[in-house]
Amino acid sequence: MSTRLASGGRLIDRETPIHFLFNGRKFPGYAGDTLASALLGAGQQLMGRSFKYHRPRSVVASGHEEPNALVNLGDGGRFEPNQRATVTELYDGLEARSQNHWPSLEMDIGALNDLAARFLPAGFYYKTFIHPRWAWKHLFEPVIRRSAGLGRAPVERDADRYEHYHTHCDLLIAGGGIAGLQAALVAGRAGLSVLLLEQSPHWGGRSPVDGATIDGAEADDWVKIALQELESLDNVRLRLRCQVAGLYDHGYALAVERLADHQPGAIPPRQRLWRIRARHVLTATGAIERPLAFASNDTPGVMLASAVRDYVVNWGVSPGDRTVIVTNNDDAYRTAIALHEAGLVVPMVVDARPGVGGPLAETVRALGIRVESGKAIAKVLGGKSVGGVAIAAQAGEGAVLETVPCEAVAMSGGWSPVVHLWSHCGGKLIWDEVSALFRPDPARPPTGADGSAMVTPAGSANGALLADAVLADADAQARAAVKALGARLPKSAVPQVETVAEQPLAATWIMPQGAGPALRAKMWLDFQNDVKVSDVQLAAQEGYASVEHAKRYTTLGMATDQGKLSNINGLAVLAGALDQRIPSVGTTTFRPPYTPLTMGTIAGEARGVLFQPLRKTALHSAHEAARADFEPVGQWRRPYCYPRPGEDRQAAVVREVKNTRQAVGLLDASTLGKIIVSGPDAGRFLDMIYTNMMSTLAPGKCRYGLICSENGFLIDDGVVARIDEQTWLCHTTTGGAERIHGHMEDWLQCEWWDWQVHTANVTEQFAQIGVVGPKARLLLETLGGMDVSKEALPFMHWADGRLGGFPVRVYRISFSGELSYEIALPASQGLALWQRLMAAGEELGVMPYGTEALHVMRAEKGFIMIGDETDGTIIPQDLGLSWAVSKKKADFLGKRAQQRSHMTDPDRWKLVGLETLDGSVLPDGAHLPAAGENANGQRNVQGRVTSTYYSPTLDRGIALALVHRGPDRMGEEVPVQDGKGGTVAARIVSPVFFDPKGEKQDV
Amino acid sequence: MLMLTCPYCGIKADETELTPGGEAHLTRFGPEASDEDFESYLFQRKNPKGVHFERWRHAYGCGKWFLAARDTATLEVFGTYPAQSKAPPKRLLTAIRRKRPGWEGWE
Ligand SMILES: [Zn+2]
Repeated sequence: MSTRLASGGRLIDRETPIHFLFNGRKFPGYAGDTLASALLGAGQQLMGRSFKYHRPRSVVASGHEEPNALVNLGDGGRFEPNQRATVTELYDGLEARSQNHWPSLEMDIGALNDLAARFLPAGFYYKTFIHPRWAWKHLFEPVIRRSAGLGRAPVERDADRYEHYHTHCDLLIAGGGIAGLQAALVAGRAGLSVLLLEQSPHWGGRSPVDGATIDGAEADDWVKIALQELESLDNVRLRLRCQVAGLYDHGYALAVERLADHQPGAIPPRQRLWRIRARHVLTATGAIERPLAFASNDTPGVMLASAVRDYVVNWGVSPGDRTVIVTNNDDAYRTAIALHEAGLVVPMVVDARPGVGGPLAETVRALGIRVESGKAIAKVLGGKSVGGVAIAAQAGEGAVLETVPCEAVAMSGGWSPVVHLWSHCGGKLIWDEVSALFRPDPARPPTGADGSAMVTPAGSANGALLADAVLADADAQARAAVKALGARLPKSAVPQVETVAEQPLAATWIMPQGAGPALRAKMWLDFQNDVKVSDVQLAAQEGYASVEHAKRYTTLGMATDQGKLSNINGLAVLAGALDQRIPSVGTTTFRPPYTPLTMGTIAGEARGVLFQPLRKTALHSAHEAARADFEPVGQWRRPYCYPRPGEDRQAAVVREVKNTRQAVGLLDASTLGKIIVSGPDAGRFLDMIYTNMMSTLAPGKCRYGLICSENGFLIDDGVVARIDEQTWLCHTTTGGAERIHGHMEDWLQCEWWDWQVHTANVTEQFAQIGVVGPKARLLLETLGGMDVSKEALPFMHWADGRLGGFPVRVYRISFSGELSYEIALPASQGLALWQRLMAAGEELGVMPYGTEALHVMRAEKGFIMIGDETDGTIIPQDLGLSWAVSKKKADFLGKRAQQRSHMTDPDRWKLVGLETLDGSVLPDGAHLPAAGENANGQRNVQGRVTSTYYSPTLDRGIALALVHRGPDRMGEEVPVQDGKGGTVAARIVSPVFFDPKGEKQDV
Repeated sequence: MLMLTCPYCGIKADETELTPGGEAHLTRFGPEASDEDFESYLFQRKNPKGVHFERWRHAYGCGKWFLAARDTATLEVFGTYPAQSKAPPKRLLTAIRRKRPGWEGWE
C-alpha cells in the first residue's frame, strides 16, 4: 500500500495540513500536494476504472500525461469532469469523485466487461452493431450511450469568469525547465521580448528530482539564480501554471493560464487564454517516459519510474514498501537510488538489457540492490493492487524463473520528447534509432510567413535527454533563434554540468519479446481507452497497415490523453506486426490542444449577452414598453408580436393581422437593409446586380427587385427606389444587408473596378416605420404636412417631405397588400415619430404589429420570403417571378447560370398555394409524397411546404409550397404529410390567397 | 491563424479580420459562354499544393478586397497586392520563381 513517508517531500508544507473529499470520504493532505500525491499518501491507490473493461486503475504518471487518475472535480457551477489528479493542485475542501463505475469504485458491475474481454476485441463495435437495423435503435445504442463517455457532463452554468488576453513577443518559450530557463537567459540578455510559460506551478522541470550539478550548484539553486536574473530583465515575462496549448500558423499560439484552479473563486478570472503572436517559438517542453508492455501492467501500483521518483522526492510519498524496477535504460536506476535513500526497499532491478554495467548500475549494485540483466516481468501478480511480479528471460516466451513479492512496480521504457507543439503547425519528425525516439527533424520545421523556420526545439524536447546535453542544446538553439531574429548575441558561457554517463538503451516494445497470446492480451498500451498489444496486432492482421487507420480501428491514442503514453509503444507494436521499421510506419498527427481545456476558457468573456453583438433598432425601448415578445433575426431583436394581458402569441398575432387589415397597424421596419448606390455608372451596375432593369426606373419611383448569385440562385429581394439621376436606394432583407453590401463591393472592387460607383450601407442611419392598413392615410393626414394622397404619392412612388414636423422620406410600398406607407427618417428621431403615430392613431385604433403578423399577411398575398421559399437552390423562375427577370438585358449576375438545362427543365418544383380540404394548418416543411420509391428505397416526393400559417383573414390554414409542375396542376388534390405519420388532403391553388388583383394596396 | 498585410491600409491583419474569397484572377464568362467555359469559370479551381493566388477581403478593417500569393502547404506568404490587377505583379512572380524553381506559373 502507498503511504506518506515520515519526512521529505520538497514541494509539500507539512506545517499546513489540509483536508479534502474523495468519493465523499474525508482525506488528509498537505499544502503543495497534488490530488494524486495526497490520495497515494493517504493510502488510496484505487482512483478510477478503465473505459472499456472497467479495470481498477491507479495513477501511472505524475504529470499531464496521466491516463488513469481522472476525476469529476468540484460541485455545482464549478463541476468539471476528466480532471487529471496528477496536476490538480490540492486545496482545502477540494471535492473529487472517481469516474466510470457503478455502483461504486470498489465494486463495479461494468467490470464484467473485463471477463468478456476476449469477446470485445478491437473493432468489436464496428463488426457487431451493423445488423439488424432495429437492434441499433432499441438495443445497442441505449446500452452504448449509457456506458459511453468518461465522467459526467456539467449540469449547472459555469460559475467562473474567463478572459482572453492578446499579446505579442519576439520569442515565446514553452516550458520552464532548465532548457527553457537557459533559452530565456540567452534571449533575455540579447534584449528580445521574451515570454516564458511553464505549465506546472514550479520552475525547473524534472532537474531538481533527477539531480544535476550545474555550474557548481544543485539544480534547485541554479534554477533560483536563473530566475533572479530573468525577473530583473524588463523584457522577459514569466508565467507559471500557463500551458502553451496549441501552436498555429504564422507564430500564433494559444496558452492557458490557470489563475484560480488551485484557489477556486478566490480571484476572477479562473483562467486566462493567452492569444499570442510570436515572431519565433522555442519549445522546451521536455520529454515523457514510456511504459513497458508486460502482462497486467495496468495493475494499481505499476507506475512510471520517473513518477515513483517524483512522488518520493517531491511529495514524500512511498508507492509501497517494496518496489521492483523494470527498465530498458539507465534512467530508472535513479528511481532505485531515490527509493533507497528514502529508506524503502528495492527487491530487484529487472533490466531487459543483457550484461548491464555502467556507473548508475554499479552505484545501485553497491547499495546492495539486486540487478538482473536480460530479464523481464512475465506478469504482475495481484488484482486491485500489486502483490508481486513473475520474472522471466526477456529473450524467452515468459517461463517464470522466480516470483518477487512487492507492492509497487516502477517501469521505464525510455523517453519520448514532447513534440506536440512542433507538430501542431506542420513540423515533421525523424526517428532516432539510438535513443528509440521521434524528435523534431531540423530539415523540416514548421515555417512562418517568410518561409523560414518559426519553431526551434530545445533540450529534451529536441531529444537531448541528459542535463549536460539539455543545457548545451538549449543554449545553442536559443542562440540560433536570437540570431534568426536579428538580435545581438550575448557573451555568456554554456552552464557546465557534472553528469553521470549513461549506457545505451535497448528498445523494448514487448516484454518478454516472445510472449504468447495469453500474455499479449493483458499487455496494456493505451490505459485510458483499454487498447492492448493484442488489439494492435489484430488490427495489423486485419489489414490496417496505416497507423492512422489502425489508430481509429483500435481507438489507440484517441482518449482524452491523446495517447501521450501509448502512441510510440503502439506504433512500435504495429511496426513489429507489419514487419516494418518504425519510421516507415510513420506517426499520427498531433492536434491542439496539448491537454483538454475547458469550454469557458475558449469562450472567454463571449458568453451570455456578450456572446455576440445585439442589435436594437431606434424604436426598441417603445417595443419593450409595449411588452413585445422579441425574436432574434440575425443579430437583431425584432418584436414577434405584442401580446396584451391574457393573450397568448397566437391570439396576439390574430388580433394584429385583423387590426391591420381593418384599421391601421405600425411596423418597425428599421432592420430592413438600406444600401445607397451612387455614381455615373450606378444604373449600369444595378442592372448587373438585379435580375430586372433598374437603370430605367424613373426618379421618384420604386421597383421590386431580385438579386441572384452568379450560380443563378436567388439570394435576396427588396424594393429599389431611384433617388436622383445617379443615386438609387436598395432595400435588402433584414438578414441580407451586410451580405448584399459585401456582394456589391466584391463585384465592384474585383470585376468592374473601372465603373464609377460608390456604395454605402446606411441601414442603421434610418429608422423606418410601416404605417399599414385602410386607415393609414387618415393617420398620416392627422399628423399634417406633406400630401400623401393617391394623386400626390401613388403606389410604388416615394417622396421627401415633413410629417408632423419630422423630416421624412415616404415610400408607397406594401408587403401586406394593404394601403401602406414606409416612412424613413433619421434614426435619432424614429422613436419620437413612432410615439406620435401611436398617440395620433389612438382614435383610429392603431396597434403595432410584429414579424409574425407581417409573415402571415405576406403569405396571404403570396409574397415570397428569402429563406422560406428560397434555400440556395431556388431560381426566380421557380417562384413565379419570371416577370422580374429581364429578357432584354444582355447580361446580369445569374443569367448564364439560369440558361442551363436543369434550370429550364419543366419538371422543376414551382411555387403554388395549398389549401387543406378540412381547413387545417399544414406542418412546416411537410413533404408531398408521391407514388413509388426512389433508387434508395425511399418514398418518392413531389413537393414540400415552404410557408404555412393560420390565416385570420380567411379563417383557415394556408400554405405556400414548391410542387412538381405545380402551376400546371391548379385545382388538383394532393396528399401532404400531417406530421403524425399520415397525410392530409390539400388542393393546389394560386399562391395569392387574398386580394388577387392587388386593389387594396393601390388606393 | 494566418496574417496578411492589407495593401490598402497597410495593416498586418489577423485572419479573423479577413474573409476569404477563393482563387484569384478568374475570368468571368457571361451569357454567350459555352457550357465548358461557364463550368470552368464557376466551378473548376486549381486547388494546388503550393503556390496559390487568392482573394481576401479586409472585411473587419478597411473593407477592401486584395489578392495574396501564398504557399498552401508551407503557409509562406510571397506578397499581397490590390484586387484591381489582371495579373500578379512581375516583381512578385520573379520572387516566387526564385524561391520555387520549377514552379509551373500562375496561369
Ligand atoms: Zn485594409
